[in-house]
Amino acid sequence: MEIFYWPFLDLLLWGFISLYLVQYKKGLPNFVAFFLGALILWDILFRSQQGISVSFLEDVWARNLLNLFASPLRPTEYIVSLMLVSGVKIIIAATVMSLLAWIFYSFNIFLIGILLIPFILNLVIMGWAIGILTTSLILRFGQQAEVLAWGIAFLFQPISAVFYPVSILPSFLQTLARYVPASYVFEGMRSTISANSFPIKELLWSSGLNGIYIFIAFFVFHFVFKIVKKKGLLTRIGE
Amino acid sequence: MIPPVVEVKGLTKDFKSLRAVDDVSFHLSPGEILGLLGPNGAGKTTIIHMLLGLTTPSRGKITIFNLDLQNHRERILQDVNFSSTYVSMPYSLTVRESLRVFARLYNVKDREEKIANLLKIFEMDDIKDKQVRHLSSGQLTRLNLTKAFINDPKILFLDEPTASLDPDIADKTRSLLKRIKKERQISILYTSHNMMEMEEMSDRIIFLNKGKIIASGKPEEVVKSFEAKNLEDVFLKVTREEKF
Repeated sequence: MEIFYWPFLDLLLWGFISLYLVQYKKGLPNFVAFFLGALILWDILFRSQQGISVSFLEDVWARNLLNLFASPLRPTEYIVSLMLVSGVKIIIAATVMSLLAWIFYSFNIFLIGILLIPFILNLVIMGWAIGILTTSLILRFGQQAEVLAWGIAFLFQPISAVFYPVSILPSFLQTLARYVPASYVFEGMRSTISANSFPIKELLWSSGLNGIYIFIAFFVFHFVFKIVKKKGLLTRIGE
Repeated sequence: MIPPVVEVKGLTKDFKSLRAVDDVSFHLSPGEILGLLGPNGAGKTTIIHMLLGLTTPSRGKITIFNLDLQNHRERILQDVNFSSTYVSMPYSLTVRESLRVFARLYNVKDREEKIANLLKIFEMDDIKDKQVRHLSSGQLTRLNLTKAFINDPKILFLDEPTASLDPDIADKTRSLLKRIKKERQISILYTSHNMMEMEEMSDRIIFLNKGKIIASGKPEEVVKSFEAKNLEDVFLKVTREEKF
């Protein structure tokens, strides 16, 4: 599976980036801002997903999960604590990346403005939703699903239109992209950079979808948690 | 008659076609040490996991402190704790930090004082700032035991708590458990493969084989009913003769 997964995603991503560059070869507006800004924002989404699923895996590897769930801790409290830890990690990672972009490329992400903050929050929530769903799959399927913690976010990268507009995608992928909150965030970022306008429509779409996805993620986690307790898998995870 | 702190009725657990626990009923009285013993796969650990709400029973009822476990899990676990050789703590935290995490989870008041006291009791004071990843298996077991006392539990579930301890620390741990049990009227459900330890520790034992209770009572009564010399002899009879 891995043999096909990464080459397939690389081909999709770089193929669409190439198409975008070819289309705009006579002057891509704000090239550095588009790409570096997109890279920093994508990393925020990736870190927020990892903050949930990899932190959960760390508890599995440390054989700490039973100690936690043998305490009065509720599953929802556990997930919320992972979200908080992930929030701290995101702030640290984003600060480091923004600083490096400023030092090496004189790119100041804060020039885009505070208008970006609601979009960043949406990326974080989408990352959390993916992270909670991944954690549910790891709980249910154990070790064989662990690889998802490292790679699942990238499945959404080509249709999130991180480095190119949604219009570059073929029509069926454009339809899929409409259901991905991150695609509105990156479209919004580009519109903020190029037109300095606040894309309220994109923000509303992104927030609405994220609201639905985070609700689904919590529901799935609870449902899976009940199943793994019934099947006796909670006590065997990581063995 | 004093009501039991744990009451289990008709507890059954099926994993697909395997019946791991088969219609088990027992109780645990206040201040009692109840030993669960039996060969590997007898269902001891599955019973403890069900008592902690980590595994859902297929059938049967668990009542702890007169409350139904299924509906009052968080309330019950506030006064329960557990220790097992098979669990550990976050590797990147120190001994003291790990205990702080669990002290918060159990909403312990006077956390620092409590932790300092337990570190002394379990002779962990000299390694309190050591990261969990650098602990030996014996030290890890002691850390788990220390954690098990962090909330002054009324009930302790101990799954092979002395399995990786050296004889000296294991003996100290047993003495400590007996002392704490006496002082605080704590109830303990105990599993071990060390039959001498079971005889020494348990007020009462339940002998399990293939998920079923095949004998229960005071250790000497069980030994007598099997016409054996001691619990080890009972264990060997059960596992080798396979009559039960």
